[in-house]
Amino acid sequence: MTDSIQPDEQGGAEAEERIPAMQSLLDNPFLLLFIGVAVPTVLYTVWGVMEVAHIPIAN
Amino acid sequence: MSNMFRTCPDTGLKVHGPAEALIKANAVAAVVFLLIGGLFGLLVALTRWQAIHLLPADLFYLALTAHGADVLVFWMIFFEIALLYFASAVLLNCRLATPRIAWVAFALMLGGAVMANVAVLQGESSVMFTSYVPMKAAPHFYLGLILFAVGALVATAVFFGTLVIAKQEKTYTGSVPLVTFGAVTAAIIAVYTIASGAIILIPTFLWSLGLVGEIDTLTYRIVWWGFGHSSQQINVAAMVSVWYAIGALTVGSKPISEKVSRAAFLLYICFLLLASAHHLLVDPGISSEWKVFNTSYALFLAVLGSMIHGMSVPGAIEVAQRKNGFTQGLFGWLRKAPWGNPAFAGMFLSVILFGFLGGITGVIMGTEQLNIIIHNTLYVPGHFHGTVVAGSTLAFMAITYLIVPLIFRRELIFKRLAQWQPYLFGLGAMGISVFMMAAGTLGVSRRHWDMAFSDAPFAFDYPPAAFMMMGLNGIFAIIASIGGVAFIVIVVGSILFGKKRDEETARANPVVFQGGGATVSSHGAADEVKIPGTTILVAVFFLSFVLYYFVNWKYLSEVWPLS
Repeated sequence: MTDSIQPDEQGGAEAEERIPAMQSLLDNPFLLLFIGVAVPTVLYTVWGVMEVAHIPIAN
Repeated sequence: MSNMFRTCPDTGLKVHGPAEALIKANAVAAVVFLLIGGLFGLLVALTRWQAIHLLPADLFYLALTAHGADVLVFWMIFFEIALLYFASAVLLNCRLATPRIAWVAFALMLGGAVMANVAVLQGESSVMFTSYVPMKAAPHFYLGLILFAVGALVATAVFFGTLVIAKQEKTYTGSVPLVTFGAVTAAIIAVYTIASGAIILIPTFLWSLGLVGEIDTLTYRIVWWGFGHSSQQINVAAMVSVWYAIGALTVGSKPISEKVSRAAFLLYICFLLLASAHHLLVDPGISSEWKVFNTSYALFLAVLGSMIHGMSVPGAIEVAQRKNGFTQGLFGWLRKAPWGNPAFAGMFLSVILFGFLGGITGVIMGTEQLNIIIHNTLYVPGHFHGTVVAGSTLAFMAITYLIVPLIFRRELIFKRLAQWQPYLFGLGAMGISVFMMAAGTLGVSRRHWDMAFSDAPFAFDYPPAAFMMMGLNGIFAIIASIGGVAFIVIVVGSILFGKKRDEETARANPVVFQGGGATVSSHGAADEVKIPGTTILVAVFFLSFVLYYFVNWKYLSEVWPLS
């Protein structure tokens, strides 16, 4: 991520600062929603249920 | 469209009429379930107080089930939906997305909560809040919970829809306010939580109808705790948002670093939910890798988030108070804080009690080695009474003292009682938490009707101190109940009989710090950060944390003496 300055559409002196990647992430509730559901689903639920599923069945 | 909005004379915020009606409805439903659940809680405490031992065994487990469902789920989530609507439509100055669907969501939640309560009161669903299989409740108990969960999920979708509307209609610029960002965090946690509940409760409902042969007990516990513990994490995120909101509205505080506070919420989003694993630390069949990663590694990242908020909130208040002219010494800002304002007092007590009681003990329980000395003892409910009652409930009560004048537009009645109420309830909640944990440390089992083991084939005696702890727990439960009843009398009485609040009343009797409305609804941090008093408070907290942590390792070392 660079801090490059881009001119506005009119080409005037007013320049628009690029939004840092972290701020873009924090400003996107749906990306956060994806992360917030995916992380516990994989690390807690799926991993946990897979461990239970691999327990051998008693004869 | 414009005639659906009013401008709040206290905060200057635009309030969407349908959003306001939905906030009122959800808040009222929440308070009703707090009353019902709280009374069941008192019955439970008076039964576990061995000298009174109020209820017979069957009614004890009925009351315990109702208490858990009503306060841990229905009171909390109804109130959080009200907060989500407030943090989106009101703080972003926009209309609420699809109010009709929001009313459908409310009806589903209310219908589900009533159905689950009826099932419990009929006496065939005393399976407690966790409803572990193979214990089987009546089908309408599970159906009630499923309907409630679906309604809450729909309400959360309305919240996300409102964020989209605000962005499209450009009702705010830049990032959303920090309080709204905290509400986004709570809503994200709610989506995973409610989905987990639906995933496990739907097959369990079918099993109760005889349509499914069996439910695997271990799988049930894993997925259910994705709902059961995570629902308390919604509370944590919502509670922290409330702390920031009350700070802004009562003393005009801004976060000392908004970026750091947002990053702390991000830690919640990524890691807070994994703490559910601490309930499964002694379950067979699950590897130590899963247990240790989900608790002692990932959980600590979420704890880091809480510690950031624990410093940021009082730090923000210190900065604001110093700016307001209270600059004397290290703690002049704290001494001169508005302690007679129940909103501020409740919020600050919630910060302290949550940190010292709920926070530190949560880390103890999340450490796999230490967990074994208190697993399934009364220490566990002692911990979550520190988080949910002394923390979240007290914070939600505190913001209700602002919601009544700002949203219901009524003056508070019994103002002197309102000033005392947070201290009364906070004292009671603190005692419940401390004495339950003390009893748990002495080995007293949770969810046990008779700690004297009167009819047991094998005799067992707890130490006499354990009986005293349960007596003290009962006394403080009575104090908390008096505080809870006072809250309900003040709030319901104010809504029904309080003086109507118009512009003139708002000018004569402001409830919001000047400029507080703009502060809470905008982003940005404090200009200058000088927090020597907060630094000392945080040092005291860390010292307590370290000492308590090592005391528990000492307890553990005594379980298996090596010499």
